[in-house]
Amino acid sequence: MARTPPVQSPPPDRGDATGSWLYNPAVRGAAYQVALAAAVVLILYEASTNAIENMRRLGIVSGFGFWNAPAGFDINQRLISYSSTYSTYGEAFWVGLLNTLLVASAGIVLATVIGFVVGIARLSRNRIVSFLAACYVEFFRNIPLLLQLYVWYNAVLRALPAPRQSLSTADAVFLNNRGLFVPAPVFGEGSGLLLVAAVLACAAIAVFGRWARRDQDRTGRQHATGLVSLALFAGFMALGWFAAGRPVTFNVPDLRGFNIVGGLQIYPEFVALLLGLSIYTASFIAEIVRAGMLSVSRGQTEAAYSLGLRPGITQRLVIIPQAMRVIVPPLTSQLLNLTKNSSLAVAIGYPDLVQVFMGTVLNQTGQAIECVVITMLVYLLLSLLTSLAMNIYNRRVAIVER
Amino acid sequence: MTTSGKTASAAYLRTTVAPPERPPPLTSGPLAWLRENLLSSPLNVALTLAGLYIVYVLVPPAVRFLLVDAVWTGEDRNACLVSAAGQPVGACWAFVASRLRYFVYGAYPDGQLWRVNLVFALCAAGIVWLLWTRAPRKDLGAIFFFGLFPVAAVVLLYGWPAIGLPHVHTSLWGGVVVTLVVAFAGIVVSLPFGVLLALGRRSRLPLVRLVSVTFIEFWRGVPLITVLIMANTMLPLFLPGNMSPDKLLRPLVGVALFASAYMAEVVRGGLQAIPKGQFEGAASLGLNYWQTTRLVVLPQALRIVIPGIVNTFIGLFKDTSLVSIVGIFDLMRTIEVSLADPRWATPVTAASGYAFAAIFYFVCCFGMSRYSIAMEKRLATGHKRQETDR
Repeated sequence: MARTPPVQSPPPDRGDATGSWLYNPAVRGAAYQVALAAAVVLILYEASTNAIENMRRLGIVSGFGFWNAPAGFDINQRLISYSSTYSTYGEAFWVGLLNTLLVASAGIVLATVIGFVVGIARLSRNRIVSFLAACYVEFFRNIPLLLQLYVWYNAVLRALPAPRQSLSTADAVFLNNRGLFVPAPVFGEGSGLLLVAAVLACAAIAVFGRWARRDQDRTGRQHATGLVSLALFAGFMALGWFAAGRPVTFNVPDLRGFNIVGGLQIYPEFVALLLGLSIYTASFIAEIVRAGMLSVSRGQTEAAYSLGLRPGITQRLVIIPQAMRVIVPPLTSQLLNLTKNSSLAVAIGYPDLVQVFMGTVLNQTGQAIECVVITMLVYLLLSLLTSLAMNIYNRRVAIVER
Repeated sequence: MTTSGKTASAAYLRTTVAPPERPPPLTSGPLAWLRENLLSSPLNVALTLAGLYIVYVLVPPAVRFLLVDAVWTGEDRNACLVSAAGQPVGACWAFVASRLRYFVYGAYPDGQLWRVNLVFALCAAGIVWLLWTRAPRKDLGAIFFFGLFPVAAVVLLYGWPAIGLPHVHTSLWGGVVVTLVVAFAGIVVSLPFGVLLALGRRSRLPLVRLVSVTFIEFWRGVPLITVLIMANTMLPLFLPGNMSPDKLLRPLVGVALFASAYMAEVVRGGLQAIPKGQFEGAASLGLNYWQTTRLVVLPQALRIVIPGIVNTFIGLFKDTSLVSIVGIFDLMRTIEVSLADPRWATPVTAASGYAFAAIFYFVCCFGMSRYSIAMEKRLATGHKRQETDR
């Protein structure tokens, strides 16, 4: 929200009437501010001297020296190379941060999709559909996220069968109480060519899209942009695939003894956190979407119909673009909430930033202040970056006024 | 005009009476409603069938689990095992019943439970007084709820040996009591503090504004769980050496600061909605800043944001469950602890415990949100687009 300028008009200058500088608003304002500054400085000073004193008493050496010390604990899910034998606390931090970003970005996509589907379903003329959507929203919104995470993790995923009785599809995908095992792609020599092909495909799609729009503006002819894009992408990828000599093979998981070997293991902690976060946040997003759609005046729909647009096109070209202006700011704050709520990972043992750094590292090193400050700074940075991006977006979509 | 004789030969005139048209399809009644709302097009029919299927998949098993197959009485786990019941077993309410005292009061000593019950009763009275729109003397109600009641609650719960109430250490508190204490402390601190911060954020004085904005944006930018861990590990460091704050007090401080920042933003929304003329009117009457704020601005601004305050409180109420992560025995944690009890280890124990917690939180939060919506309707000015004309 843009800060509106302070609205109090300056009180009348009564300096002459009473003859005392005590009633001069400028003097008073300065006095208030000096008092506030003094209070803040005093609090900070007290807290820091106490902290220094306490740490000396407890024998805690402050500083970031621990950053390069060997960590000595394991983290099961990691996106970068990490091992308890040689990695440092600093590397553990990056593992945790990447895990947070992973679950947050997957959750953002999933929550947005579910939220839009449910939000639009709530506006459906079909009473059963809108009632079900309303039930979804009220149910998931009014139960604490922590409880939902416990249910997903302890009551749903833990209740899955043991590895030997895994639910499996085509002997390639296994689901059991240790997680979901899917074939892992192994990128052999020449995989880089696939990346090049993908980039080329995107470029071709962009060029075609621009041409299609210009052509439509000029001649009024419409082009099947979606189909052509799909074909372009598939074609380029197939070309790259064969040109590089089929570089990607799959490591298929396999049941050996009492456990599944190979493949890509998706941990139940991750699945529980992802499901919990997405489903919970989607209930809020659905309400935002609904409010956004309702905010577009009915006259817009009528005008579109009177121009002869069909309902689907009216939604896509008239209602939704205008609704997005209302939807996006609160949507972003919900997605930010999702990112912050991913810290509840600590409750079910998913190794996110808080669990790794504010949990294990803090307990092992005893560097409470450093760990807390670093973790909070990361989240603060995420929040500030998001609100910055939001402000830019708001300026771009703001209604242009005369 | 009866000029049929002259124009009978004109080709464009009908000579026979048109056949009667079919009556229009039903436009009212249940059948018309069905056709209009559920079966208007093939897609709509498909949606209806899919919706009915979802209902069929979800509702009967839920009813069967929660009511039909549920086990209501029993001494220990045997009652909730399939072999004993001889039929599929639903929720093990016997487990919840045997643990209910623990879920509500924690380990609060047996002889002193009346104190907790008295606090519950006072709290309920205060809530009714404040929320019931036709209750008299709301001002006294507010003084009672935000001034007298917290003091009385602390004296009753914590004890005061001088007047014959023995100390009950906070480590013995638990369950719903702690959940309510955390939520209540959050709201009692955050409401006045949030108002001050919101005023500070809109102040003319740059330093006041800076401090308020920094404070608000800091707490809103970090997750509550990090705040709680911070309160747990860093608060003792920041206080003079020999002071070690009570284990329950630490998360209370964290929750209160966190909630204040959110409350401040809600109140700011109300302050921004006050038209400029109100300030000018107050200034022309010769009121100073605090008089304007107290007598003109806040009464209007707070009224507008009642729904927002209630919504913030709902969020706060749900968030109280997070204190369980830092080792406080709130409702969530008492349930988690009870689930580990081998005397009640059955396949349905976890689901039953969670179902109980879900019902508790849902009833509280849903009730509050209904109240907030009702208030919104009362305060609405009648310019909003209605749900029905989309």
